[in-house]
Amino acid sequence: MKVLVAVKRVVDFNVKIRVRSDGSGVDTSGVKMSMNPYDEIALEEAVRLVEAGIASEIIAVSIGPQGCKDTLRTALAIGASRAIHIVMDEMANPLEPLSVAKVLKAISERERPELILLGKQAIDDDANQTAQMVAALLGWGQGTFASNLEIKDGTATVVREVDGGLETLKLKLPCVISTDLRLNEPRYASLPNIMKAKRKPFETIALEDLGIDTRPRLTVLSTDEPDIRPVGKIVNSVQDLVHKLKTEAKVI
Amino acid sequence: MMRTLVLVDHDNQNLGLQTLNTITCAKALGTVDVLVAGENCQDVVNACAQIADVQSVLVADGPGLKQGLAEAVAPVLKSLAENYDALLAPATSLGKNIMPRVAAMLDVQQLSDILAVVNENTFKRAVFAGNAIQTVQSSDPIKVITVRSTAFFTAPMTGGHADVKAVPFMAPPELSKFISTERTVSSRPDLSSSTVVISGGRGVGSKENFALLEKVADHLGAAIGASRAAVDAGFAPNDLQVGQTGKMVAPELYIAVGISGAIQHLAGMKDSRVIVAINSDPDAPIFTIADYGLVADLFEVLPELAAALEE
Ligand SMILES: Cc1cc2nc3c(=O)[nH]c(=O)nc-3n(C[C@H](O)[C@H](O)[C@H](O)COP(=O)(O)OP(=O)(O)OC[C@H]3O[C@@H](n4cnc5c(N)ncnc54)[C@H](O)[C@@H]3O)c2cc1C
Ligand SMILES: Nc1ncnc2c1ncn2[C@@H]1O[C@H](COP(=O)(O)O)[C@@H](O)[C@H]1O
Repeated sequence: MKVLVAVKRVVDFNVKIRVRSDGSGVDTSGVKMSMNPYDEIALEEAVRLVEAGIASEIIAVSIGPQGCKDTLRTALAIGASRAIHIVMDEMANPLEPLSVAKVLKAISERERPELILLGKQAIDDDANQTAQMVAALLGWGQGTFASNLEIKDGTATVVREVDGGLETLKLKLPCVISTDLRLNEPRYASLPNIMKAKRKPFETIALEDLGIDTRPRLTVLSTDEPDIRPVGKIVNSVQDLVHKLKTEAKVI
Repeated sequence: MMRTLVLVDHDNQNLGLQTLNTITCAKALGTVDVLVAGENCQDVVNACAQIADVQSVLVADGPGLKQGLAEAVAPVLKSLAENYDALLAPATSLGKNIMPRVAAMLDVQQLSDILAVVNENTFKRAVFAGNAIQTVQSSDPIKVITVRSTAFFTAPMTGGHADVKAVPFMAPPELSKFISTERTVSSRPDLSSSTVVISGGRGVGSKENFALLEKVADHLGAAIGASRAAVDAGFAPNDLQVGQTGKMVAPELYIAVGISGAIQHLAGMKDSRVIVAINSDPDAPIFTIADYGLVADLFEVLPELAAALEE
């Protein structure tokens, strides 16, 4: 079974981003970039499927500017069999989830995986859309926000993190899964595997060559800093706290 | 005036309260119809018909729709889309699961988790864990939107007299099957809509120690929340996680106990009206957004707090 894993290059989760004061966007120059944390989880799950003898090949796909090559090399070092980079102009409009989903559909039609694993959410756009959209475009079932996955007899049994607790679904393969935080704990790439990754197949495709209309539907008119909360006070005791909550904040 | 359709979040018996905030958001755009897709969901339909300003309640009631699976519900929404200018759902796990599937079926770029309506085409939403707010304009002929409940008032549950119409729908494709659900049972208020929330983090140390928070919550009628670290460690169930990728809350009072204040946690609670932080580390980032900070050992002060509230 082939598994396709989508990995996005994003600003590292530890970085507190800066909003440009002219409202033109977020300043990402010189900022540490990493693989989207949920995609690390997706990749880890794929590697475990290979280790369990269920999957035979993992294709990591990333769509974006040149820097995505680093993300894909990391994916190869962690255990992807080969990488596909859909390269686009650094200055071009960032791709919206619908366009990413269309690209992933095209790659999927070429590669014919039985499972596509994505993160549930990219931590830059916080969209939480791409997996559901790929599933729709391919006409496949979707198991979003997965905290457990079992592949057996042509089906995927997926436990989902939902508002009220947990929900278990059975999906027909091929299907799309999006990962939640508690699906697994991703491993780090070891030094020998980083070396080995350099010899793994790496394909680059120009976005234009796919012939997909990826013009954005949304225009960002401005990007602003959120409202800043006024500086609070340190209270000295529980008595003091309760008193202030009653008389000053009037919340209890 | 736009014509909008709101997907109702429900469990076939009870209306999910975040639907009411979504209706308020939809009202800012135009007229509001709602869709109840489920099985034997008459109680929900009745409740929806009474919500102020709802014009029509569309009902798709049948066996394949009981569990709200995306593969089943998305085609129903798609079939109704041509009559509307906007389709909305609360950004609950139901809305987040279904709406992007609908959007892709309609070839529309969804607007996720919106915070404000600027005009018919323009909306505000948070990116980068709430550290930037974008104003975005959509050129799609129909808007597909999920709504952050904490950013909109709840629509009144009375005063409406909507007409109720059954809508035809096709048997769902055999792509997915519901197996089971494991609900977190709690007698406490719902985390997303509670006016008081007390959340525990890694500092709380164990599942048993969460009892210290429970005591305080009892006196305040509060919902319990948790940080990711507390959920990962098994101190609290997953659906109590507050943050960028958990639940968004904005109560009147939020008390963070043994939580350091990582940006991913702040993203989910920094719009609370009053924030209290209890942490033994004076340099914990949570103090930078707290209105009242108490630098103390939680094991000492939580029992004191429960006692003080009892008086
Ligand atoms: C992709 C991604 C998504 C994430 N999403 C979320 C999310 O949605 N929500 C979320 O919460 N996190 C999220 N996180 C995790 C986040 O980055 C932090 O790791 C997490 O919030 C830390 O939880 P914590 O504050 O409980 O633990 P810690 O950071 O370990 O803090 C524990 C605190 O307890 C204090 N403490 C210890 N003992 C005591 C005591 N006896 N009395 C008082 N104080 C004490 C310590 O001083 C410390 O400040 C996410 C991370 C990633 C990568
Ligand atoms: N440019 C991209 N390249 C590769 N994968 C992507 C890209 N954008 C989104 N994804 C995948 O889609 C998931 C959800 O992203 P989003 O819908 O933007 O929140 C991510 O976790 C990735 O797995």
